[in-house]
Parts: sequence; structure tokens; C-alpha cells
Amino acid sequence: MSKIKVAIIGSGNIGTDLMIKILRLSETLEMSVMVGIDPDSDGLSRARRMDVATTHEGVDGLLKMPEWKDIKVIFDATSAKAHIYNWGKIEPFKDKKIVDLTPAAIGPYLIPAINFEIDDSLRNVNMVTCGGQATIPIVAAVNRVAKVHYGEIVASIASKSAGPGTRANIDEFTETTSEAIEKVGGAERGKAIIVLNPAEPPLVMRDTVFTLSEMADKEKIRKSIHDMVAEVQSYVPGYELHQEVQFEEIPESAPVFIEGLGLKHGLKTSVFLKVVGAGHYLPEYAGNLDIMTSAARACGERMVKSLT
Amino acid sequence: MKHNLYIQDVTLRDGMHAIKHQYGKEKLKEICIALDKAGVDAIEVAHGDGLAGGSFNYGFGAHTDWDWLEGLSEVMTNAVLTTLILPGIATIDDLKKAADLGVKSVRIATHCTEADIAPQHIEAAKKLGMDVGGFLMMAHMNEPKKLAEQALVMEAAGADCVYVTDSAGALMMDGVKERVRAFREVLKPETEIGIHCHHNLSFGVANTIVAMQEGANRLDASLAGMGAGAGNAPLEVLVAVLDKMGAKHGSDLYQLMDAADDLIRPLQTRPVRVDRETLSLGYAGVYSSFLLHSERAAEKYGLDTREILVELGNRKMVGGQEDMIVDVALDMLAKKKEA
Repeated sequence: MSKIKVAIIGSGNIGTDLMIKILRLSETLEMSVMVGIDPDSDGLSRARRMDVATTHEGVDGLLKMPEWKDIKVIFDATSAKAHIYNWGKIEPFKDKKIVDLTPAAIGPYLIPAINFEIDDSLRNVNMVTCGGQATIPIVAAVNRVAKVHYGEIVASIASKSAGPGTRANIDEFTETTSEAIEKVGGAERGKAIIVLNPAEPPLVMRDTVFTLSEMADKEKIRKSIHDMVAEVQSYVPGYELHQEVQFEEIPESAPVFIEGLGLKHGLKTSVFLKVVGAGHYLPEYAGNLDIMTSAARACGERMVKSLT
Repeated sequence: MKHNLYIQDVTLRDGMHAIKHQYGKEKLKEICIALDKAGVDAIEVAHGDGLAGGSFNYGFGAHTDWDWLEGLSEVMTNAVLTTLILPGIATIDDLKKAADLGVKSVRIATHCTEADIAPQHIEAAKKLGMDVGGFLMMAHMNEPKKLAEQALVMEAAGADCVYVTDSAGALMMDGVKERVRAFREVLKPETEIGIHCHHNLSFGVANTIVAMQEGANRLDASLAGMGAGAGNAPLEVLVAVLDKMGAKHGSDLYQLMDAADDLIRPLQTRPVRVDRETLSLGYAGVYSSFLLHSERAAEKYGLDTREILVELGNRKMVGGQEDMIVDVALDMLAKKKEA
């Protein structure tokens, strides 16, 4: 069985980590081209050292390469703005599919643990955000037991693991993640918060999920969450529950006031997660990088299933 | 009276923390009118954690920011209506909504080492025609020269003023002096410098005055110190001190004294003062807003608030990581059970 050739656009932290994962771990994907815009970037030099073809002329450079015709999947790890341009260039090539790791979200959101049954005709899927990949499975786990009125997530990441692209566009994180909490997680209303912590040594990525749902059997919710954690672990080994699931009943006599929903009562569920990275490109603290690239790799492998 | 000092009241933003963000809409308006009449230069209104702060993590407010802000600009005759946002919590859309409600000035707050998440918001606020302050929180966690480099990032993005923000009330007078001095050395002469203190080590007013003497002209304070932890520099006390120093400002001492005692103190369900818990914040260098959340976690899990706060300090938690309070409490509980 021959492997399917792929390219990565974007030679920053995410693109480089994904490249290493595909080279080391993938049984079905073959790393063909690494695309950047700065010939001196660490990601491109690393690709050259690992015998991966490179171009520093962006997607236009990629289209001119002899490798282009055999590439079936392109991972885009650039920015939302660049993705719109890149998709415009790639869309006419009907034999090629794209996994979008930017917040552009031209295609539907994909979170492997939740909606992996994608249609083979789908050519552009979006990976939400690192915080979304880590937390939205939990919102969905509660929602399959009890209707979630409100889902809120807090992602804490080490400052060192947040590249310049993330920093310059932090609103895209909050907006994209909030929307996906609703669309993929199933919450009526979603809210996302991101915090950067500069502590040394860097702290491992932490994510906290709060949901307010209809009152339900707590044991059923607890079990659903544990099952979901195991599901995510199948493609992100460093993903774990850091504390036992916490519950609090919010009675009708003392409701909370949620913007957009008004006064609400029900069951508050709090879930404390930890994501330890595999240490492929950045060290283990960068679980945010790892969960994004692991999910993207799983997604790329799923997309080529019918071809292999 | 013409004056260079710019006193910004934070009773209706930082003060939110002291009452779990529960100001009623009418009460808030009444306080705002009193402050405006008393002559403060600016009045900041938002959830304690800035616009869109209402959440499980930080506490849901009694109202939305938009409900609180609505109608205030119409009743104010003197002061500038201002607000605050933390990138990562609120977005540029929230800023636009605030501008539509008559907000003319905003502070963009980041942790003291993360100024580069703010330029997008600073530029957007300038485009909306706002006066913009950069707000470098937990300033005790960054040394003066490096903090000044962060201030430069905010200035370069267009900030009219940059603040030394002692969110943990952990700075002592030399620490404030060195930081304001470092700012003055590198910032353009037209860029103003601001100071925001918490009273956890009882330095609220003293630190504000030290900053002023080093060139800060925007001073934060709140009625009766109404703010997170042991509160901010108490506004009425600061104004009394400025009067005694002969510093020019526009505020009326007696009106502020009355507002502090008659309007604010009756609202304080948990007294805003230096006590063992709030002192622990300053002592351990912990974000003042963690106070009530930690007290709640201590009660729920049968732990000591002080121990939780000190552990949060050990783990170098920064503003916004309120979710880690319960996490720390659960770790402590597990340890206790093992022992």
C-alpha cells in the first residue's frame, strides 16, 4: 500500500510540529512538500534537514513544483487571511483536499471525537482552535446526556507556545471557539476565554470546561465525559482529566444571569483538563500545539481513507 | 480648575469584584452621577474583568455591560466615560458596542509580559476615536526595564497612556518608583503614565503618590477603596492627600467623602480592608480578584483561604486564571486525604 502525498503550508510552530508527526507516526500520509514564505525560517530549514522538499514562495511556489500533481491533501497552518487566498488557488484542483488549521473556517468545523463521519466529497474542513479541540468534546459529552444551555471554556497556555500569529489575532480564537462550542458542542450559547501564562519553567496546557445543562443523572454525565476523554486520547495520548468531574446544582431560586439567555438554573458541571504535548517540535508543555496537530493528522488520515 | 492630574475612578469596574459584579443598574447610575458631580476626570464602568467578563469563571454580573453603560453618557456632564477590556476575554466587537453607548476611553489590559496581544485592540480603539490606555497587570512580576519594553509595545500600537498596574497589591514604594522611572526613560514625552494600585500591603495611596512624583499623571482610585482584594487607593483619601500637597486636581473632597460613606460602604457585604486574606494576596503576590473565588472554594472544600492563595502564588498563576482556584483546592484536598 503506497502512502498518500501531502503538503503543509505554513512553516511556523504548528506546521513544523505537524510535519514531524506525519514523518514519524503516519502509516498512510507521506510528507511531500513544506511551504513557507521565509527561506530562513526554522521550519523550512528543519524540513530541508529531514529531506522534505520546500518552497519559500507560498502556495504559488507550491503550484509550480513537480511534486504538486501527486499531492492529495494540503494542511494549511498559516493565518485566516492567508487561508482564503490559499483556498482560492487550490480549489480548482478537484482531486485535492484541504485541512484548515487557521480560524478562517471556510469549511465545516471538525473535531475527530465528535463529528468524524465526514462526507468523502468534502474538500475543506476546519480544525477550530487548539482550545476548541481540547474542550468541545466535553461540551458534547454533557450535551448527549442533558441539554446544554451554556458552555464556557478557559484555555491556559504557556506564553512560549503562542506564536506571533496567535498573538496578533487573539479575537479569532475567542470568536471561532465560541461559535464551535455551539455548532459542534451543541450548547445553546458558547463562550471562550484564553489566558497566556509566562511562568518558567512553562506550564503545561490546561483547559477548563463549565457547562450549565438541564438537571440530569450526574453519574451518567460523569461516565459520558470519561468515555469522551478516552476517545480523544486515542489520537492525543497526552490528553487527560486532571480532576474528577465537579457538579453544582444551581436552583431555580438562585439562578445565574447569562448574557443572551437571561436567568438560568440547572446543573453546573466543571471539568479540569490537562494536555501534555508529545514533545515533537516544542517541548511537552505545548499541549495546545500537540492537540491541534494530532487532530489535523487524524483528520488528514480520515480524508484519504477511501484512497488507500 | 485647570490641572494635569487625571483622576480615574474605578469604583464601578474594579469595585465590581468586591460585590461579585452585582451593582444594580440604578445604584450604579446614582454613584456615577455623584462621581461626575464631585469632579473626577474619568469614570470606568464594566464587569470587574472588563467587558464580556460575565462568566462562570469570573462570576456572572447582575446586568450585562451594555445594560450598565446604557444612558450613563447622557447624565454625565464633566467626566469621561471609560471602560476596560482584556484581550482573550473581550473582542473588538465588544469595544464597538461600548463606543456606540458613548464610551470615549478604554484601557486594554494584558499580563505584564504579554503586551503583544494588545495592538489589534489598541489600534481598533484608536480608530473608534477613543482615548486609549495600555494596562500592564501584575506589574510586580516583571522587572522595571522589561516592563518598560512592554510599555513601548503598547505605545507603538497607539496607546496614549501606559499604566503600571499593581494587580496583586504586591509592589512597595521603591518598586513603583523604579517602574514609573523606567517608563519615563523610554516612552515619548507626550505619552502619559498611569498608576493603578491595590491596598493589600496598605500602600494604596502612598504608591500612587510615589508614582505621581516620578511623573505619572493618571491616577486610579475608588470610593472607599471599593475594589478587588483590600481594594484600590481610596479616592477620598487620595484627594485629601493631594489637597494637602497642594497638587492641582478637579475633585471635591467632601463630596467624595460623602459618596464613599453614604453610597459605597453600605454595599460592601464583605468588608474591603486589609485582613488576613487580603494581606495574603499582597504578601504572596496573587491577583486581587482571586479573593472571593478563593474564599468560596475554601468554604466548599473545607480548606484555608490563605493556603489556597499562597499556593496560587507558588504556581505563578496570572490574572484570568480563576479556574485554577478550584483546581488548586482539589489538589490540596487530595493531598490532605493522602496524609
